[in-house]
Formats: sequence, C-alpha cells, structure tokens
Amino acid sequence: MMASDAWLVCRRDLRIEARSRDTARHVVPFVLAVVMLFAFALDADSVILRRSTAGLFWVTVLFASTMITQRVSAIDRLDGIPDAMRLSRLSPQGVFLGRLMSLFLQLTAVEVVLGAAIVVMYDVRLDGVALVVASIPLATGAMAAVGAMYGPLAAGVQGRDSVLSLLMLPVLAPVLLAATNAYGVASGTTVGPGWRWIAMLGMLNAIYVAAGMATASALLEES
Amino acid sequence: MESVIRFRSAVALLGRFPVLAGVDLDVDHGERVLLRGPNGAGKTSLLRTCAGLIGVSDGTAEVLGVDLRTNRRAVRSEVGMLGHATGLFDDLTVAENVTFWAQANGVDPADAVGAMNRVQLAERLRSIPVSRLSAGQRRRVSLASMIVRRPRLWLLDEPHAGLDAAGRDLVDDLVVRASIAGATVLFASHDLDRAGAVATRTVTLAGGSVTEDSRAVPPNGDSR
Repeated sequence: MMASDAWLVCRRDLRIEARSRDTARHVVPFVLAVVMLFAFALDADSVILRRSTAGLFWVTVLFASTMITQRVSAIDRLDGIPDAMRLSRLSPQGVFLGRLMSLFLQLTAVEVVLGAAIVVMYDVRLDGVALVVASIPLATGAMAAVGAMYGPLAAGVQGRDSVLSLLMLPVLAPVLLAATNAYGVASGTTVGPGWRWIAMLGMLNAIYVAAGMATASALLEES
Repeated sequence: MESVIRFRSAVALLGRFPVLAGVDLDVDHGERVLLRGPNGAGKTSLLRTCAGLIGVSDGTAEVLGVDLRTNRRAVRSEVGMLGHATGLFDDLTVAENVTFWAQANGVDPADAVGAMNRVQLAERLRSIPVSRLSAGQRRRVSLASMIVRRPRLWLLDEPHAGLDAAGRDLVDDLVVRASIAGATVLFASHDLDRAGAVATRTVTLAGGSVTEDSRAVPPNGDSR
C-alpha cells in the first residue's frame, strides 16, 4: 500500500515536471551558469579549479535541491490540494516516499548534466570511480529525503524560499562534507579512507528517511 | 433511521475563534440537507468539521459512527467534499486528474471513465490539461474527482457556483441520485430556490450555531 502510494505520487510529480519543464527550464540553466562562472573566475586550466571541483559540484547540487524542492512542494499547495490529500486514502509515509523518489530522480537528472559539464570544462580525471559512483546516489538520496521532509513544512509559510534554504542547508552540511571528501579521495586531492565517508552518507540517509517517515503524518496535517 | 451526523453542543475553533459555537444537529441516512445562512454563519466550517478537517474541541460530534473528538482522521476516507477550491493539478489532463484521485482513494482507475461520463465531460476535453479549461468545466472535473471516491457522505460547499444552467441541473441530478443510492448529502448554498427544491430538509445557521431546522416539503410529494 505504502509503496503503491509512493509510486502514484512520484509518477504524478514527474508527469507534472514533464509538462511544466520547470526543472529543465530553470534549474539546469542555473547549474550550467554556475559551472561556467567558476571556470571564468578561476581559469579552466588552474589547479585550484580542479581541486575545488568536488565542493563546487556538491554546493551546486545543494542549491539545485532547494530549487527543485520548492517546485515539487508547491504541487501539494495548489488550490484545494492539501484538503484533498488529507481526505484521500494515501498513507502519509507513502506521500513522503513518493516525493523523495521524485526529488531523487529530478536531482539525478540535474547531476548528470552538471557532471558532464564539469568533465568537459574542468578536464576532471578520477582514480576511484567506485567511490564516486557510491557517493552520488547516497548524497542525492539524503538531499531528497531532507527536501521531502522540509519542503511541505516551508511551503505554507511566508518567505518560503529563504525559509526552505535556512532549514535545509544546515541539515545537509554533513552530507556536503562527506560527499565532497569521498570525491576528494577518489580524485586524489584528499588523502584518507574514502569508504568511511560512504558509510557516513549511508548513515545520514537512514537518519533522514527515518525522520521523514516519523513526521510524515504531522507534515501532511500541517501542510 | 441510522444517524450519519450527530452533533451535540459541538464547538470547533480556528485559532481561538469559535467557528462552531455549540451546534446541535442530527442527519439521518439518505437525507439531503441544505445549510443556509449569511456569510460567516459557519456553513463551510460545519462541512469541514464533518469531513474531519477541523477538530472539535467541546461537545459531542459523530460522523458515520466515528467520534470526531478522538479520531477525526478516520472519517476522511468515507466523505467526499467539494469546496470552493478545485483540488486539481493544473498541469495534468482531466483524465489524469480524475484517475489520480481514484487511485489515491483505492478505487479502480477504470472507474474514472464512469465518473467523467456521469458529469458529462466531453471526450475531447479529457486529454486537455486542466489549466486550459473554463471555471465551469473545472468544476465538473472536481465533481468527477469527488464522485469517483464513492463517498458515503457528500459535503458540498456552493456546488452550483461557476456552473451554467445545464451544470446546475447536473449537480441537482447527481445529488438526488446519490441519496437514492444510499449516500447522505449536506450542502451549503446561497441559491435557495434551486437548492431548496433538491433538499429534503433545510438547516439555518447563524453565528456558528443552528438557529432553525425544518424539514422541507418534498416537491411534488415525491421522494426527492
């Protein structure tokens, strides 16, 4: 029941994104602009740029995640939707997971574009591909979980754009730290056991998903 | 007769303001009850309270056997509510909206077609995003999304608003058919001539409480 509810909500959100193309029209140009601006600012051939690639990638994804979260959360704030959702038989946990899945897939699409742009523009080479491949879905999942939890909370308040960023960014700071360090180890710019960072990302995922599931009923009620 | 709604001195607050200030009301199975009263009388609040969307802080309130003071969420899946808002996703098509709400309420998505037929939504409109529809057409989609749930209690807030004459006739017909099929209907309307003809009973609200409760004479003496 919960899984089918999650899939129903996820499909709905992705269908709405396919029609409105909000992420494609607003978020993708934003992340590409950030990559280009840093290349201009730091010089594409500089060592500094290559050393800061991981941080740049994840900070950009972090900002993109707040933008996508705002748009996905706005769907459930449309005219009469909050009441209709409360009156439905959808399980609050299913709604949370559906929103998480939709955020995850949209963020992954943005990361693919961002990653390709960085590889082309920054001339990035990776030694530990496995570490990067493991860290990306875990960090993305953590961001999606936090977005799915805080998005509905911030959607109903005044100044929701800044409120959402203020709520999400501090909570996601450990994710940024772990993902950046895992990438750093993979690219040889940081020394240390990279899989510890992966374990930390896994733990953060578990905490955020558990918190989202535990608060899902209250969030649906208050949104 | 089985009581579908049973309120005794029910008080509901929004913040610290009592939107229901001691409502006494009994509604029996299959009744069609018109709520009337001036703006701010508490009609919408009473409908939302019956749907379990507003908590009851004092008195007794039961809907479909559920105690709203202790477990108001339990009644929600049994009621259908048509409010002022559409409750539709603008970027989804008519069919996608009705199908989504069918599935969200555990109903076979194939039933969405039947619901759209019942509100006479033309085939050509069903693949059009809701954002491109007129207000009256959206109202019909909202109705279809509500009736596809097969609610036992219909809660309608100004159901005739935004509809043309044919649409208003359709609403009246749906309400009568629903009650014949066993549902109970509670609706608020300012269109008293039309709504009064459909209702089997009229309840007047003022200041958040019931001031008058009279059973309407059935038109033509039939069972409508």
